[in-house]
Amino acid sequence: METWEIYSLTSVVIFAIGLGGVFLVKHFLRKIIATVIMGGGVFLCFVSFAKRDTLNFPDPVPHALVITGIVVAVTAAAFALSLARRIHKITGEETFEEKE
Amino acid sequence: MKELPASVLPPLLVGVPMLLGMVSLFFKIKRRPIPGIIGSVLIGVLAFAAVVETSRHGTVIHVPGGWVPPLGIVLRMDPLSVVFISLTALIGIFIGLYSQMYFRTEEGAKVRFPLFWPLWFFLWAGLNGLFLSNDIFNLYVTIEVITICAVGLAVLSGEAKALKAGLRYLLAAIVGSMCYLLGVALIYGSTGTLDMALLGQVLEPGPTASFALIVITLGLLIKKAAFPFHFWLPPAHSAASAPVSAILSALVVKGGFYVMLRLWTEVFGVSLTFAAGQLIGVAGAAAVIWGSWQALLQTNLKLLVAHSSVAQLGYLLMIFPLLVLKPGFSTDSADWLPAAWTAGIFQVMAHAFAKSSMFLSAGIVVAALGHDRIASLRDLVAKMPMTALAIGIAGVSLIGLPPSGGFMAKWMLLKGVFLSGQWWWAPAILIGSLLTAGYIFMLLRLAFAPAREENRFRPVPIMLQVCALLLALGSFLIAIPAEKLVVFLENGESFGRGIETVIKGGNHGNE
Repeated sequence: METWEIYSLTSVVIFAIGLGGVFLVKHFLRKIIATVIMGGGVFLCFVSFAKRDTLNFPDPVPHALVITGIVVAVTAAAFALSLARRIHKITGEETFEEKE
Repeated sequence: MKELPASVLPPLLVGVPMLLGMVSLFFKIKRRPIPGIIGSVLIGVLAFAAVVETSRHGTVIHVPGGWVPPLGIVLRMDPLSVVFISLTALIGIFIGLYSQMYFRTEEGAKVRFPLFWPLWFFLWAGLNGLFLSNDIFNLYVTIEVITICAVGLAVLSGEAKALKAGLRYLLAAIVGSMCYLLGVALIYGSTGTLDMALLGQVLEPGPTASFALIVITLGLLIKKAAFPFHFWLPPAHSAASAPVSAILSALVVKGGFYVMLRLWTEVFGVSLTFAAGQLIGVAGAAAVIWGSWQALLQTNLKLLVAHSSVAQLGYLLMIFPLLVLKPGFSTDSADWLPAAWTAGIFQVMAHAFAKSSMFLSAGIVVAALGHDRIASLRDLVAKMPMTALAIGIAGVSLIGLPPSGGFMAKWMLLKGVFLSGQWWWAPAILIGSLLTAGYIFMLLRLAFAPAREENRFRPVPIMLQVCALLLALGSFLIAIPAEKLVVFLENGESFGRGIETVIKGGNHGNE
C-alpha cells in the first residue's frame, strides 16, 4: 500500500466519523466540532491526491483548493458558534430538544 | 472552448451585486433602501442585457485574467443560466420593493433590518455566481456564499426561535457542502480537472465516479431540502421575516436544483444508471406527498407555506428519473426529454413566483393581525381583497390548474412520465395536486367565511399588497411565452449537449 492510499482511506474514515457525529451528538458545540472534523477529512482527501504519477513534484492545485476550503469552513464554523452562543445567551439551551 | 464569443456581462452580474452589498454598508441605516432599490433595478437591467446577449449569440463565456482552463476558471453564460438569472432579478426587484415598505410596518420593525440589504446583495452575487460557474470548485465557493448569507438573513429577527432554526439550517448546509466537497476531491483526484466542460469529456464511469456522484448528490439533496433531508426547511423558512422567507423559498433552494441539473446532465452523464434516477424520483414523490400532507395539517400560515415548499421541490426531483433512459429505449425514441426539461424549468419559475407571492401575502397577514394563525383568516376577502386574490392566484398555480405556469410544469411532467413509459410517477403527481388543492381551498374557504368575532385588521400599505399580487400574476404570465422560452433554451448548446450526455449515460447504464 502506498502512502497516499493510506492518507485517502484515513480521510474517508475521518469524514465518516464527523458525519456520524453531526447526527448522533446533541450538544451544539459537539455538532459544530463534528462538522469541522468532516472538513478535516475532506481536506486530507484533497491533499492525498496531490501525488500524481505523471508529475515528479506534488500537484499544487489541491493545496490551493484546501486553503480556500479552510477559509470557507472556518467562516461557517465561526458563524455557527456565534449562533449557538446567542441561543445559549437568550434561552440557556444547548441542544435542539425542546425543554419541558 | 475558445470558439465561444466572449462577453463582459458574466463578471458584471457577479461583481455589481457584490459591490452594491459593500457600498450599502456605507449608507446610513435609514438611507439603505436607496442603494438597495436603485441597485436592484441596475441588476435587473444587466439581467435583461444578458437575455438579449444570449438570444443573439447563444452561449457566451468570460475568461477572467485571460487564464484558460484547465488552469483558469471560466464563467459561462448560456440560456439556462440566463433564465435563472433573470428569474432571480425579477423576483428580487419585487421583494426589494416589498421589504422597503414591510420593515416600516409595526411588525416588520421588530426585525433588525439594517443588515437586510448588504446580506441580500451578497446572496444575489452568490446566486448569479452559481448560475454562471463552469467549475465545480467555484460552485462550492458560491454555494457557501449563498448558505452563509441565507442563514444570516434567516436569523435577522434575533428571536430564539429563528436563531435555533437558523443554526439547524446552517449545520445541515455545512454537512451538505462537505459531502459535495468530498465528491469534488474524488473527481479532481481521478481526472485532474475541475472544469465542467472538460470533465464531461474525460470522466470515466467507474467506482470513483459513482462514489463521487453519490456524495455530491447527497450533499445537494441536503441543500435543497429533499425528502428525507427536509427537516431544516419548514422551521427556517417560517421563522424568518416575510421578505426573507420569500427569498429563501423562491430562490435559494433553486440553487441546489440548478447545480444538480448541471452536474447530472453535463458531468455525470456517463455514470448515471436507471436505478440512480429512480431513487431520486422516489425521494421526490415522497416529498410531494409528505410535504402536501403536512401542509394540510398546519395551523399557521407560514408553516403551511413552508411545508408546501417541500412538496413543490419534490416535483423538481421527479424530472431526474426521466432524464435517464430506461433499458431498451434508444436515443431516437427519447422524445420525452425536452418535455422533462421544460417541466423542470417551468416548475422552478412557477414555484418561484407563486411561493414568493404566498410568503409576501403571509407577511401582509402578519403585519395586519400580528400573528399568522390560519383560523383568523376569516373575512380576509372583505378586509384585504387584494391579498386574498394574491393567495388565490398563487394557490391556483401551486395546484397546477390551467392556464397557470404550475399547470404547464405539471402537464409537461405528466407528458414526460407517460411518453417515457414510467407511468408509476403519475399517481404521486396527481395525489400531490389533490392535497395541494386541499390546503389552498382550506385557506380560501376561511378567507370567504364571515368573521365570528371582529378581527382587528391593522391597515397595511397598499404597495405591499400590490407587490404580492404582481408576483402571483407572474406565475400566470410565464405560461404565455412558453413556446418562445423552449426555443430560447434549445438555442443554447447546453440544452442539446446536456441531453446528448444523458443519452450517452443512459446507454452506458443499460449495457
